[in-house]
Amino acid sequence: MNLRINGRTHTIDGVDPRTPLLWVLRDTLGLTGTKYGCGMSLCGACTVHVDGRAVRSCVTEVGTIADAQVTTIEGLHPAADHPVQRAWREHNVPQCGYCQVGQMMSAAALIAQTPAPTDEDIDRGMAGNLCRCGTYTRIRAAIHTAAKEAAK
Amino acid sequence: MSGPAAGPSRRDFLGLFAAGSLVLALAPGAGARLRTHEESADAAATAEPFQPDLFVALAPDGALTIVAHRSEMGTGIRTALPLVLADELGADWKRVVLRQAVGDARYGDQNTDGSRSVRQFHARMRRGGAVLRQMLEAAAAQRWGVEAGAVRAENHQVVHVESGRSLGFGELVADARRQAVPDLDSVALRPSSQWRLAGPKPERVVPIADMDTILNGTATFGIDARLEGQLFAVIARPQALGDTYTTFDRDGALAVPGVVAVFPLAVSHAPHGFQALGGVAVLANSTFAALEGRRALAIDWKEGPNAGYDSEAYERTLTESARLPGKVLRNEGHALTQLSSGTPQELFAADYHVPLLAHASLEPPCALARVTTDELGAAIACELWAPTQNPQAAQGAVASALAIPPESVTVHVTLLGGGFGRKSKPDFLVEAALLAHLAGRPVHVLWTREDDLQHDYYHTVASVHMSARIGTDGQPRAWLQRSAFPPIGSTFAPGQRYGSAGELGMGFTDVPFKVPHLRVENAPADAHVRIGWLRSVAHVYHAFATSCFADELAHRAGRDPLEYLLELLGEPRHIELPSVEYSNHGHSLEEYPIDVGRLRRVTERAAELADWGRELPAGSALGIASHRSFLAYCANVVEVEVSKRGVVRIPRVHVVIDAGLVVHPERVRAQMEGAAVFGASLALFGEITATKGRVQQTNFHTYPIARLNEAPTAIHVEIIHHDGPPAGVGETGVPPFAPALCNAIFAATGKRIRRLPLARHDLSW
Repeated sequence: MNLRINGRTHTIDGVDPRTPLLWVLRDTLGLTGTKYGCGMSLCGACTVHVDGRAVRSCVTEVGTIADAQVTTIEGLHPAADHPVQRAWREHNVPQCGYCQVGQMMSAAALIAQTPAPTDEDIDRGMAGNLCRCGTYTRIRAAIHTAAKEAAK
Repeated sequence: MSGPAAGPSRRDFLGLFAAGSLVLALAPGAGARLRTHEESADAAATAEPFQPDLFVALAPDGALTIVAHRSEMGTGIRTALPLVLADELGADWKRVVLRQAVGDARYGDQNTDGSRSVRQFHARMRRGGAVLRQMLEAAAAQRWGVEAGAVRAENHQVVHVESGRSLGFGELVADARRQAVPDLDSVALRPSSQWRLAGPKPERVVPIADMDTILNGTATFGIDARLEGQLFAVIARPQALGDTYTTFDRDGALAVPGVVAVFPLAVSHAPHGFQALGGVAVLANSTFAALEGRRALAIDWKEGPNAGYDSEAYERTLTESARLPGKVLRNEGHALTQLSSGTPQELFAADYHVPLLAHASLEPPCALARVTTDELGAAIACELWAPTQNPQAAQGAVASALAIPPESVTVHVTLLGGGFGRKSKPDFLVEAALLAHLAGRPVHVLWTREDDLQHDYYHTVASVHMSARIGTDGQPRAWLQRSAFPPIGSTFAPGQRYGSAGELGMGFTDVPFKVPHLRVENAPADAHVRIGWLRSVAHVYHAFATSCFADELAHRAGRDPLEYLLELLGEPRHIELPSVEYSNHGHSLEEYPIDVGRLRRVTERAAELADWGRELPAGSALGIASHRSFLAYCANVVEVEVSKRGVVRIPRVHVVIDAGLVVHPERVRAQMEGAAVFGASLALFGEITATKGRVQQTNFHTYPIARLNEAPTAIHVEIIHHDGPPAGVGETGVPPFAPALCNAIFAATGKRIRRLPLARHDLSW
């Protein structure tokens, strides 16, 4: 099976096609930036982009995405300088940092689809990403900043 | 970050420094001293044993290495404490390299909980920076032939003030190493006016040290620790605490592709302490295979001593216990006589209840272990990488499980994906160690979310009975409060049914209200799950009961809750507790008094910022609560918006904290913001229930935590600066939130919530 991840094609042998993409990324390919949090698409820690859309890799079977383009945090921007990453830095968003990869992947997909998101858009677009440290007010502020930056 | 590549050996350790570095040890209780065994490049060949201690090392190229010995779980402590040292030294923060300490008692306390890292260590870090600064200044003064007082260290160089000449720190290392080491306890410190980065008013915000790796995805959390040849493990643990297994389908699990081994682990018995719970472990070459293998186990469980536990029936028993006379902890005046002689119009009582709560850190418990054995297979040593708040407890627990000395256990502390007290308990490291020993190769154990929610060390369930006799002025003349909760001690010793002085001293025996007849009691309760500590611990239910009851009394008297609360607090004064067993978090009341004036001040300021008393539309209201915890003072004013149908929104929260000296105010703000969200989660949704001893919640759909659209929309934080010593921050924001929210809900809807969470109640109006 071939998987296209961050612009590279990986040949994966001996992997059950039912395996969630999350575990292939983490256990097989060593791309550990994408995190496990629930395994049921409830927390968003595992969010990656599949053909530009934010999906939960913990419930995405690899067998279903053989022809798709997968982007993980490792490939979001070559120098980790995506507008979302810059805004996260500017607002000092992370506390423990564990959920933030998933948050940023959701946020990046959100502003790609909705270049000037309202608070309601952010509520909708980010409700699937849990943060136990409670960084939500900064996430909201950072998304507004990132959207403005990206629009420049 | 110490990753699997960074071994614990002395040679590796020495390799951290360039030859000729100046290494200062700041050993607990031993002052500062020069570390000698790094003095030459071949020091590793000498016989001197490895001596861990807090240290700072300055290399000839100017690189400054500082040991971070507390665990980073999101508070920013891995940045804040080293920043204190660097600031006192006059270092350039960009030249600082952090080294995360392994677990070792010689570093001093490493148990990162109790909101005490800054309180315990800021002085040593500041003094350590001052010692190194003076040595560099002395070296420069000597070089220039001037008085030591004529030079000053700043921005990684020593400057001769008069001439403007300067020498970089690195250039001074060789000379500085020959200077006498000033005494750590009496070394002269910079005046606070010279603090640039670490203090109440920094010149700029220093981002957390791990910002870059967090943002690019390369930060190493416990779940990311990897060793060559490791196996991935999950464990099927007893469904109710103390259940045992009889049979399981080993072959079925082994038939799953990728599954390598199945190991039964002995089931633990009370007191469970830090033991592994036991069960059946499945080891595989991927997490997915391990999970599939576990599904195939078909374990036959045999009920144990807690199989009769039903949380609903238990709640009735607990509430009843809190209504019956208990152990007297504080008694001023004659509360019982006053209460028994009051007229029905004068008497008012209420029962409050907070259920079991789970920590639910987003990174569940997990650990990687490697065990070295002798030729007979007996364990000799164990090395672990894990997100632990308490690496020294982990050393002890793993050593005991493997029957090896604690010194033979090396615990590398990764970043923690949240901790909240769960990761102070090292049972998950013990599991990894046992399995790595059995497997003969490294093993990484992962708890799934289901494992985490069903086998936690839960925040205890508590009932609190409150009773008062009201005087003619509407204020209580007599006040009785009695709590009942299975104590944390039940996890560690048999038969523990009463709260410890530590638990009861968390916002209960030290209740700050001015009442002539005051009585505080604790009633017994049995534990049926592992009870542990969660962010803010006993303050959560104590603050809920006392602050909601005060609000109830205010409304009953037809008074404004803020005005009433301030009256109930009474005039600014220090509360003495002469006949109470009260730990005050290990500090004297002289050093950290119970200062009603400071509590009043945060209360008044929060009300002022929230524009208390302003008109709000129907269904919207403000609620207030304030609470002293972890030696700091915090008030919350929560604005709530309850729709006709009973849907709760929290548009705004005002938080005011006075934590004495703060070293990183920006992270203090972050902690307050997070605490409001943590408080919202527990108030809105937090509840663990059990039937037949089995926890019913499995994942975030049945144990919700607040989402972005459910959390408070705006959280305004103000820090009141106080000259007192530093107090706790990480937990202080949580206790006032739930009572302030419930008080707001009453004001908005007339519905009084005495039983959390809100999700159980119909709030329509």
